[in-house]
Amino acid sequence: MKELTILSGKGGAGKTTIVAALASLAKNVVYCDNDVDASDLHLIFKPEVKEMYPFDSGSKAVIDTKNCNNCGLCSDYCRFDAIHPNSSGHYEVNPFQCEGCRLCERVCHAESITMIENKNNHWFIFETRFGTLVHAKMSPGEENSGKLVTQVRRKAKEIAKSINADYIINDGPPGIGCSAIASITGSGLILLVIEPTLSGLHDAVRLAELVDSFKIPVLAVINKFDINLEITVQVEKFLAEREIPLAGKIPYNTKMVESIVKGKTFIEFAPDDKTCKELELVWERISLNRN
Amino acid sequence: MKIAVASGKGGTGKTTVSVTLYYFLNHFYNFKVQLVDCDVEEPNDAIFFSDAIKINERKVFQLIPKIDQEKCTFCRKCAEWCEFNAISIVKNLEFADVNNDLCHSCGACKIACDYGAIKEYEQLLGVISLYNTGIGNGLTEGKLQIGSAMQTSLIKQVKNSIVSSDEIIILDAPPGTSCPVVETVSDADFVILVSEPTPFGLYDLKLMVDLLIELKKPFGVIINKAGIGNNDLFNYLHSNNIEILGNIPFSREFAAIYATGEILKKIPEEFENTYRIIAEKLLAKTGML
Repeated sequence: MKELTILSGKGGAGKTTIVAALASLAKNVVYCDNDVDASDLHLIFKPEVKEMYPFDSGSKAVIDTKNCNNCGLCSDYCRFDAIHPNSSGHYEVNPFQCEGCRLCERVCHAESITMIENKNNHWFIFETRFGTLVHAKMSPGEENSGKLVTQVRRKAKEIAKSINADYIINDGPPGIGCSAIASITGSGLILLVIEPTLSGLHDAVRLAELVDSFKIPVLAVINKFDINLEITVQVEKFLAEREIPLAGKIPYNTKMVESIVKGKTFIEFAPDDKTCKELELVWERISLNRN
Repeated sequence: MKIAVASGKGGTGKTTVSVTLYYFLNHFYNFKVQLVDCDVEEPNDAIFFSDAIKINERKVFQLIPKIDQEKCTFCRKCAEWCEFNAISIVKNLEFADVNNDLCHSCGACKIACDYGAIKEYEQLLGVISLYNTGIGNGLTEGKLQIGSAMQTSLIKQVKNSIVSSDEIIILDAPPGTSCPVVETVSDADFVILVSEPTPFGLYDLKLMVDLLIELKKPFGVIINKAGIGNNDLFNYLHSNNIEILGNIPFSREFAAIYATGEILKKIPEEFENTYRIIAEKLLAKTGML
């Protein structure tokens, strides 16, 4: 079983659209949406059966003003700038800043700080026409997205093992921070989706450097390559220098957006379009990768 | 006045809107505007100011604990206090170690230790740069050290470094809806959400709307790449009484210009009008006009 993770650095490069297209080509795959902040793959996969599970994403501090003697010690110790006096002068925890480290609870002499568990994050097992999709939904503004990524990936791996799947395909998050790191760790192959813009290239360079530190083989796809051919040449040059094989170049095609609007993969939506050939080639090169 | 530009989904045009608004608010109204790139994982604003001169660069750090094996009694108290599973202690083997990648720099372990065995040292978190762009008060950019998972801490430090004398500060947010976005918009007076009329754009926008309602932040929406996709985004905004600040039509020609980073040098005339209307709505809403 091989674990393939699709990443891009820059958002909107086409990760999810490409994962969806590959889903029409690949067989015996478990899918996992690692973009737990803003996961979109299920909009195309349209799950039929859903199982929902809670995710333990830690807790947040709450100050009980009844016992609090307003000494401010909690605020002094908090490194996340989460505790301040409110308009009536009582110390209060801003739940959006609190990282749940519990230091305030431990240092409080009046024992007036308690931790409230967050129960609003969930992960799901979806049965879809492409097989199982493991998906998560964080309540907006939450911490610990990296931890949730690790959790959904662990689940996807369990399922993949139990059905003897050939692949796990992870639809990754943008960026290079905690969620991206959690997505890369332990993957067998990374597919970089790069759009030919200076921003896209800049972001791919940073991501490639991060992936490099994990010593995981990488392939790249240039998406919407004909938006700017000069920059596509620059992207190809960068890939050649880094010895990252190019798995394909996908043209800008208005049918891509149309397929998403219809809730279909590109290959389902436009099976006779010549872009399908290029996507088939990408999948072939992924499946032939023996690094 | 702080205006944050966010989206939920990546690639909808946050940076394009941030950079262009920054330029026009200075150009049309002569405001002292500063642009702040809070997408520290992948900061791109500087790409659009090829003539900008970096006038300051400062490294910033996070504190990581180090366990002194001589003083450590392997009592495990620090590991028990660590809510992030970053400390491993094996008493039998006299083993004590910190996993830097999991550490949130909360300082709890240091307070926990009764033997003074934990000291903290500085680990590079990223770099904060200030650029003279020739426009207003320039551009502040945070760039996360590659390999660091502490992007939210860096965003906090970037925001603390902003000089408050600016009349308008534009905060270009990272994609997503979790803690880095919350940190960026937390003290904004107004949030611009940039969306695109596709199912992905709409789904992720709804997540951002939920978040901003919870945060009690006033906001409006700019529809970028108008003309692609379908009408669901418009219908959602209308039926929820969410203000549309402007529609920026999709143009393949503009996408090609964006690719080169030269959007401010080749602004199409119709964009100028669209942004003028957006700027006026924004200034009226925030009491700057």
